[in-house]
Amino acid sequence: MKTKGTVTGIISNLVTIEVDGPVSQNEICYIDLSGTKLMAEIIKVNGKEAFVQVYESTRGLKRGDTAEFQGHMLEVSLGPGILSSIYDGLQNNLETMEGVFLKRGEYTLALNQEKRWEFKPLASAGDTVQAADWLGEVKEGWLPHKIMVPFSFKGSFTVKSVAPAGEYTVNETIAVLEDESGEEVNVTMTQRWPVKVAITKYADKPRPYRIMETRVRVIDTFNPIAEGGTGFIPGPFGSGKTVLQHAISKQADADVIIFAACGERANEVVEIFTEFPLLEDPRTGRMLMERTTIICNTSNMPVAAREASVYTAMTIGEYYRSMGLKVLLLADSTSRWAQALREMSNRMEELPGADAFPMDLPAIISNFYARAGIVNLNNGQTGSVTFIGTVSPAGGNLKEPVTESTKKAARCFFALSQNRADRKRYPAVDPIDSYSKYLEYPEIIDDFKKRVGEQWVEKVLKGKNIVLRGKEAFEQINILGDDGVPLEYHKRYWKSELIDFVILQQDAFDKIDANCPMERQSYMYYLVLDICEKEFEFENFEECGNFYKKIINTLRQMNYSKFRSEEFNKYLDQLNKELNDGK
Amino acid sequence: MASKAFQKIYTQLESITKATVALRAQGITNEELATVSGRLSQVVKIKHDLVTLQVFGGTDGIATNAEVIFFGEPPTLHVSDDLAGRFFNAYGDPIDNGPSVDGEKRFIGGPSVNPYRRKQPSELIPTGIAGIDLNNTLVSGQKIPFFADPDQPYNQVMAQVALRADVDKIILGGMGLTNDDYLYYRQIFENAGALNKIICFVNTTEQPPVERLLIPDMALTAAEYFAVDKHEKVLVLLTDMTLYADALSIVSNRMDQIPSKDSMPGSLYSDLAKIYEKAVQLPDGGSITIIAVTTLSGGDITHAIPDNTGYITEGQLFLRTDSDTGKVIVDPFRSLSRLKQLVIGKKTREDHNHVMNAAVRLYADAANAKTKLENGFDLSDYDHRCLDFAKDYSNRLLSIEVNINTTQMLDTAWELFGKYFNKTEVSIKGEITEKYWKN
Repeated sequence: MKTKGTVTGIISNLVTIEVDGPVSQNEICYIDLSGTKLMAEIIKVNGKEAFVQVYESTRGLKRGDTAEFQGHMLEVSLGPGILSSIYDGLQNNLETMEGVFLKRGEYTLALNQEKRWEFKPLASAGDTVQAADWLGEVKEGWLPHKIMVPFSFKGSFTVKSVAPAGEYTVNETIAVLEDESGEEVNVTMTQRWPVKVAITKYADKPRPYRIMETRVRVIDTFNPIAEGGTGFIPGPFGSGKTVLQHAISKQADADVIIFAACGERANEVVEIFTEFPLLEDPRTGRMLMERTTIICNTSNMPVAAREASVYTAMTIGEYYRSMGLKVLLLADSTSRWAQALREMSNRMEELPGADAFPMDLPAIISNFYARAGIVNLNNGQTGSVTFIGTVSPAGGNLKEPVTESTKKAARCFFALSQNRADRKRYPAVDPIDSYSKYLEYPEIIDDFKKRVGEQWVEKVLKGKNIVLRGKEAFEQINILGDDGVPLEYHKRYWKSELIDFVILQQDAFDKIDANCPMERQSYMYYLVLDICEKEFEFENFEECGNFYKKIINTLRQMNYSKFRSEEFNKYLDQLNKELNDGK
Repeated sequence: MASKAFQKIYTQLESITKATVALRAQGITNEELATVSGRLSQVVKIKHDLVTLQVFGGTDGIATNAEVIFFGEPPTLHVSDDLAGRFFNAYGDPIDNGPSVDGEKRFIGGPSVNPYRRKQPSELIPTGIAGIDLNNTLVSGQKIPFFADPDQPYNQVMAQVALRADVDKIILGGMGLTNDDYLYYRQIFENAGALNKIICFVNTTEQPPVERLLIPDMALTAAEYFAVDKHEKVLVLLTDMTLYADALSIVSNRMDQIPSKDSMPGSLYSDLAKIYEKAVQLPDGGSITIIAVTTLSGGDITHAIPDNTGYITEGQLFLRTDSDTGKVIVDPFRSLSRLKQLVIGKKTREDHNHVMNAAVRLYADAANAKTKLENGFDLSDYDHRCLDFAKDYSNRLLSIEVNINTTQMLDTAWELFGKYFNKTEVSIKGEITEKYWKN
């Protein structure tokens, strides 16, 4: 018997329901509005009254309308067909929805029910298996999509039979398992999982030990993110958050990309699904969209589903991680999610924390970031979810609660600066404020040693110091005038400009420059750092500026040329000549 | 919005605040309309049998025994082609002495467009103003506000943009317009002979502030009719969104909600996004483009209203008076059109992007030279040429008085480059410089 209830109160999308039986926190219910079913989630219970947040507009709802509780939390369907789909925050497939406008109460299935997938068994009768063990696989695009023992299965099972290789739909039985008490259960390619519960069916979760290449120099060289690591990008509007995030999603060394557009502009989502299908994946030659899933709850879609959208995205990420894949999850922006929490907390008349955000905001954020990570699966393979969220600080002020709470949770901080954006220095990641904690991990330092050379991390720190000293020198020059400071200050300043222009700045709209692999990054960085370590003699500050301007220009031409091409080498020769002339 | 039969009528109010009343009533639906002593109101909260109504006209003089009549449905607008050329108040009632409009009844503030059914905006909207067309090109389906201090002529600029833009319908949503500005719009639309494509929904400063909350939804419901049903290109002008946000904060305050930054309601971002995100490019050619005005106080863009707006809209246009020329210009540094990349150099001449960047860079050099001058440092020859260039650039291109097409703008820019600089100083890609350079 399902618990039922009747509506007793409505304030915007917060509805109170008097219930006639047991209900649980976060349980899903459907409210009947003259035949239209509105999905809602319990967020507080007080006596017989359940407070629910409705995922749709509550216009026209009245006291006395009935609700039916479902006995489970908000769940998603996991199975082949998720990749290249465009979902809303509740995993409704937006492509199969009819009409120009979103209709309230219209729910579409996440997975294509008719499509037949080419199945290949991996387990065989007699095997002992547990939750998340691989039973078989299908090809989803070019990715091996593992069909697993459902995560909700407790204890160990014996495989009675596995379907032979062949074509199956997501609802056909592909294996029969027997539990410890001898009862048989059928397994299909689909399973369901509550989004707010982390999927932890893995052996263990080590510290991240290798970097994830994004081909964005200011990240990989200066502030690297680890595979299974976490990072966030705060920045005022107009500072290039979206462009940076799109660049990362296009180029990162990941198998699966999940993009949660959470409370942002609809046209940005349109840009992704217009451009991604045309973009070639540099690593496979296939289309990028084939390994991308978009979860989109744009700013005009119902607020409560905004919160759900990031959890839906994370759950899908964890599902693919369990297959031994590298997942990159991007959420734009987590501030909008925090604002959704604030709106609900406000309607429930809870005592507010800073800036009227709920008191438990830091805990909610850090719990969420903690779901990312690299894991060792039960079969010895590894999978990972790397998470990068953007934050939209009110007024560009990084001291606001969402930025501060996120700073405690995320290990990389890519601060976008208004000042750099104004001067068109893109990506506007501030080289001094930003950091990556991973540069301190011995595992990561070792990884760099293997990839790009013994001294790498020391050299990076050295470069960071040059940039810092350059900034100090620049301030002095500004106060005292060009003539008022020793020539040494100009040299310091121009060395930092050299790193800034050649390494930190990168043209996201240029095909070659935008996509800079680690090998090329290290080559250019060593080259630039070598120049910084050389001492040149100048008559005056103008000569100093002109010299560095010239070599910056040549180095930038190298950035725009294909690596080690004839053109590239031509500029390299030119650079060497200019350097020799400089003595 | 006349009364009908079978309506629920009550005459006992439980409480009255400046913007809301509450009473005990049965069978009332969320967001439905009612009248309280003849004043239009809307249900905003239901708790057991206690219903709270937001009274758009304010509660001055409302008595505890006021007659409350419930309509049983949320606010609506009758849509048909007859809307064209008409002026309405916030409730959608005509204020031009014309007949009321017949047509299909639509609920205002309806659902959003499925993002998957949108198309990427790609059509340029020319305005003749170089500060916009050259540096911050508008694209159909875009949403963009003017950020302006109250003393700047933003209403004039917006009217100019509207009349020059190649669109099928122009819908003006006026919130807290002074009566003078309302008459100005009316007159300028009449003089331009453009009345047949204009529709206005107006709330003036003489009318109650809470009424304003209906204006954007009314205007956009009409816009959706023409864009979605009739596949027309619709331009919606919303002025002034700061006054709209102020009205939101009045209501939330009266409902005892905890304010967030700058005493704005915590839901400000969602409230504004619901309006701006109505801007859309549809696959069959229909589009809604929104140009809004957000007035600033003392140029402060970190205030909650411009700040939230900036995160929602696709760029912003700053107006400022250039002290060197005395002209009102579109500030090339702080203005931004996020969608311009979709059209410049594609729908305009190939050199557009290069010319735009070079001119803004040289203008920035002029700004540096000016700072140098003010700080008492010596100016170089290049600095002097930059300053001269800046004056011409401001007069002949940035000024909002300019009205030329994009190709003329590009030619003017090349002319100025040739007049003040050499090719290396302008530093545009070689082949393009060779093709367009003017001596």
